[in-house]
Amino acid sequence: MNEPSRHTTFHPRWYRERMSTYWWLWRWKYLRFVLREMSSVCVAWFVIFTMMQVRALLRGQADYAVFQEWLRSPLLLVLNTVSFFFVLYHAITWFNLAPTAMVLRLGGKRVPDFAIAGANYAAWIFATAVVAWFILRG
Amino acid sequence: MAKRPNEPFFWTLFSMGGIVAAFFIPVHLFLFGLAFPLGWLQGPSYVNLLALVKLPLTRIYLFVLCSLPLFHWAHRFKYTLYDGLQIKHLNEVINTFCYGGAIVGTVLAAYLLW
Amino acid sequence: MAEMIQLEVARYSPEKDAEPSFQTYEAPLRKDWVVLDALNHIKDQVDGSLTFRWSCRMGICGSCGMTVNGEPKLTCATFLTDYAPGPVRVEPLKNFPVVRDLVVEITDFLEKLQKVKPWLIRKDDKPMSEGEFLQTPEEMDRYKQFSMCINCLLCYAACPVYGLDPLFSGPAAIALAQRYNMDSRDQGAGERLDLLSQSEGIWGCTFVGECTEVCPKHVDPAGAIQQYKLTAAMEWFKSFLPPGGNP
Repeated sequence: MNEPSRHTTFHPRWYRERMSTYWWLWRWKYLRFVLREMSSVCVAWFVIFTMMQVRALLRGQADYAVFQEWLRSPLLLVLNTVSFFFVLYHAITWFNLAPTAMVLRLGGKRVPDFAIAGANYAAWIFATAVVAWFILRG
Repeated sequence: MAKRPNEPFFWTLFSMGGIVAAFFIPVHLFLFGLAFPLGWLQGPSYVNLLALVKLPLTRIYLFVLCSLPLFHWAHRFKYTLYDGLQIKHLNEVINTFCYGGAIVGTVLAAYLLW
Repeated sequence: MAEMIQLEVARYSPEKDAEPSFQTYEAPLRKDWVVLDALNHIKDQVDGSLTFRWSCRMGICGSCGMTVNGEPKLTCATFLTDYAPGPVRVEPLKNFPVVRDLVVEITDFLEKLQKVKPWLIRKDDKPMSEGEFLQTPEEMDRYKQFSMCINCLLCYAACPVYGLDPLFSGPAAIALAQRYNMDSRDQGAGERLDLLSQSEGIWGCTFVGECTEVCPKHVDPAGAIQQYKLTAAMEWFKSFLPPGGNP
């Protein structure tokens, strides 16, 4: 991949294929990977969105009403719908991959992957329920 | 000691940001971005929401919710630019943009909330 | 079966070619033949100049890795009938320089492998007279999966980061480092960590996961790398604690 081999006095001219800028379009698995990585942009958008929301909230009822109206505009609805699916994709891929990074051993045997992923999903449902309860009860 | 002090630290931030993002962002985005604007569910009243946000615990929660996912974005987006656009030679610019952006966002969040 | 199948095989002669081209051959489509059998048929009966590596023909030596219809495969384990009616495109393994035809230069991998010190490192050795280092089945289970690597380099061909970043150690090297780190007889985890924790050693990995998908021995290098990242991160934080951290 880098410098020529050092252990021969003569070696033939190697052919090195340059990796295309669009390498990630050549295989479906690579494209899925890049989409997963791009979900981080939607995560960043959510942070911006939340900060705008908090700012509007703290400024007063009128400002918050304007903010809420803005959320109903087509642009924002499309943006948030797309972002929601990307954020969901992030969550699902994250929980599915958690077992490969987190290896737990109980009684000398490795805890099976679906158990770790399952525990993550269960915690996710719990967290969602708790947050939703706090937000919705008001 | 730590030969390259940067990477493990930023990777840890990325991981924690990813966990926070995975567990908490979907419900927030669904409720505030879709369900309430589209009228699928009744949102909290202004007064109640304000009271909720002003609680100390909520401020900490919101701060974490805004800060860590930004670092998650920073780390992931940096590598997407390296690998996707092959512009690793611009790594100074990219690092500044990504981690700098995350730091700016964190500071803004703290300023907003306190 | 008197049926034949077409193979489009990459040819590259450094003496005369600037870049590879494809040559089409025909081989018998026998139901128990693999791509390697077809290549050997071509070399024996059709074109003796075709150059490729192979050895055990049973999936344990790791020599015959090539790109078949765009996917990295062991040609001794890839049946022709899976590609019928063809044609089957056979190219050298991706992400490595091509020396000739289907042969690639793997020195980069060998250097990276050596860097991770894939052997048992002991701080306190004991003489032969004291006997072997003992290990329970549970202890062996912790690293056994990573020890199944045959260095076939399919994972390197599948890894886009390895293709893009010359400093990245690559899946197999890190998996083998982890194989020794997790071995209860080994005491060299700290040494390996110092080397690998450098910027691109392991951190270049963005968990694409293709390496695990293509591995013919189910080593799960992606898992090894993520576990190693976790270990490296914990060691990094621990190194700030009072009792001096790293051994």
